[in-house]
Amino acid sequence: MSESFVELRSVNKSYWRDRLEIPVLNNINLSVPEGEFVALMGPSGSGKTTLLNLIAGIDRPSAGEVSVNGESVSQLSEGALARWRSRNIGFVFQFYNLMPVLNAFENVELPLLLTRLSRSERRRQVETALTIVGLADRMKHYPNQLSGGQEQRVAIARAIVTDPRLILADEPTGDLDKVSAEEVMELLSRLNKEFNKTIIMVTHDPRAAEKAHVWRHLDKGELNNKQ
Amino acid sequence: MKVLKLVSKNATRHLLRTALTILGLAIAVMAFAVIRTSIDAWYAGARASSPNRLVITNAISLVFDLPVAYKDKIAQIDGVTGISWAQWFGGTYVDPKNFFPQFAIDGETYLDLYPEYIIPSEQREAFLSERNAVIVGRALADRFGWSIGDPIRLTGTIFPGEWDFVIRGIYTGKMETTDESQWFMRYDYLDERMKVEAPPRAGQVGSFIVQIDDPSRAAQMSAFIDSLFVNSLAETKTQTEEAFQLSFVAMASSIVTGLRIVSFMVIGIILLVLANTMAMTARERVSEYAVMKTLGFRPIHIVGLIFGESLVIAGIGGLLGVIITFPINGLLAEVIKDYFPIFKLDPLTLVLGLVSSLIVGFVAAVFPTLKAVRTPIVDGLRIID
Repeated sequence: MSESFVELRSVNKSYWRDRLEIPVLNNINLSVPEGEFVALMGPSGSGKTTLLNLIAGIDRPSAGEVSVNGESVSQLSEGALARWRSRNIGFVFQFYNLMPVLNAFENVELPLLLTRLSRSERRRQVETALTIVGLADRMKHYPNQLSGGQEQRVAIARAIVTDPRLILADEPTGDLDKVSAEEVMELLSRLNKEFNKTIIMVTHDPRAAEKAHVWRHLDKGELNNKQ
Repeated sequence: MKVLKLVSKNATRHLLRTALTILGLAIAVMAFAVIRTSIDAWYAGARASSPNRLVITNAISLVFDLPVAYKDKIAQIDGVTGISWAQWFGGTYVDPKNFFPQFAIDGETYLDLYPEYIIPSEQREAFLSERNAVIVGRALADRFGWSIGDPIRLTGTIFPGEWDFVIRGIYTGKMETTDESQWFMRYDYLDERMKVEAPPRAGQVGSFIVQIDDPSRAAQMSAFIDSLFVNSLAETKTQTEEAFQLSFVAMASSIVTGLRIVSFMVIGIILLVLANTMAMTARERVSEYAVMKTLGFRPIHIVGLIFGESLVIAGIGGLLGVIITFPINGLLAEVIKDYFPIFKLDPLTLVLGLVSSLIVGFVAAVFPTLKAVRTPIVDGLRIID
């Protein structure tokens, strides 16, 4: 692996509740090379999701710096962050978070509406993404017509449709049965191996974490190495 | 798929809720339009008045008469180009419930002062040549199925006795606001009978109508006319025809004010109905907006989605309200035509109803939008968990 693609330097994050400061992350230093597949593990409340949110630019550190592909995410304005996310990040949620009123095709197409692609170009990219996740035959299905595993695969298609270099997954198998979870992990593993996507995944599931190359353990806001 | 498609899909997500909201908006817009039309109906007389006509009544009250002899003195005033007079008859036709306005008029002069009453010349001649002839408005004739030549008997209340008439003319209005529900009988028919049956009541009129050459001098001329009869047994009160008509509205000012308040309350109610729907909508979708923002959608897109949905619902509700206003207003006009002969929908009222619903749609979206935009992504996503 070469130089770091995702870099966190001395990152701290605290939340304020009333006048009480609640520290969540403490002096986090993390370096992830491009093409890496990292599993962030740890008990509930250890700050895994917060760390993922900071990398995704949907939350800001209290101190320290987060950079992705050389871009200092923590320095960007809200508008610039939104544009940056749309181009550079694919996000996979635990509960899929598909729009219930849109079918699979339309859900995957959603991020492309922010681009200047023509309708036919959008269609081609959506079809490609859905083919990669094995749901080309379910394009017209609505989320309530899909199984949990299929919904998560649609969500992965939505995450990769803009061809981002970094995929962030927050407990992607947390709401799935064993078979579906394995399918989703296979898919993420394939995206990492075949398409060289850098993946940072938060998980509780040791079986899911097995697909990763690197495991990092968070405990009480502090990051430890775990092999 | 663009924002509009997403707006329409969102709007139909809870079909029953959206349908009920639209129905509520439609009924409110209809109620707003009907109430405003009711207010307009009170002012119909004032709107139909002419700026170059003055009305002279007894200074004490409209129910007191003036001597018809005043006409000669008034006619000599510089700037007066015509004068006529009328007396409220107040008879009943078959049943006291059959109310319609009846005036005993000086045929020749009165009809000259009111060119908005269109009467065929032969009917006018027939009216002028027969003492118990009457001219009625088209709406009144249609109401009772009267035709020219029909004999009609009225029972006098202010002027007691049985009064026999023959319809010799039917007038139509020149303008939409012209009242076609009136009855015009001849003053001399009334006056001659009063000379015999109640001599002190003969030679009395309820009002004079004066035509002036320059409406800008109306106030000055009114004051001058009133000064001529100061300290007489029957002092006068002269005012423009519009002011005279508005004095009737003033008698019912509390009703009109009440109607105005209710019309604004209706707008307030539809605002609450839609605001409630939009607040529920935005609250339910906090997580979806957070997901969209995570995908790179900016606040302006969220603003477009919420405002778009609110305006679509308000617009459809407003349009439906305008559509159902026509039959409801028509039905109401038929029911109250005896009291409000001019009960017509003003296009401006419909535009106001539609614009109000859109404004309501806009306002109802403000707070849900602010909440959706201001909610940090991480907080929105946390709701999912």
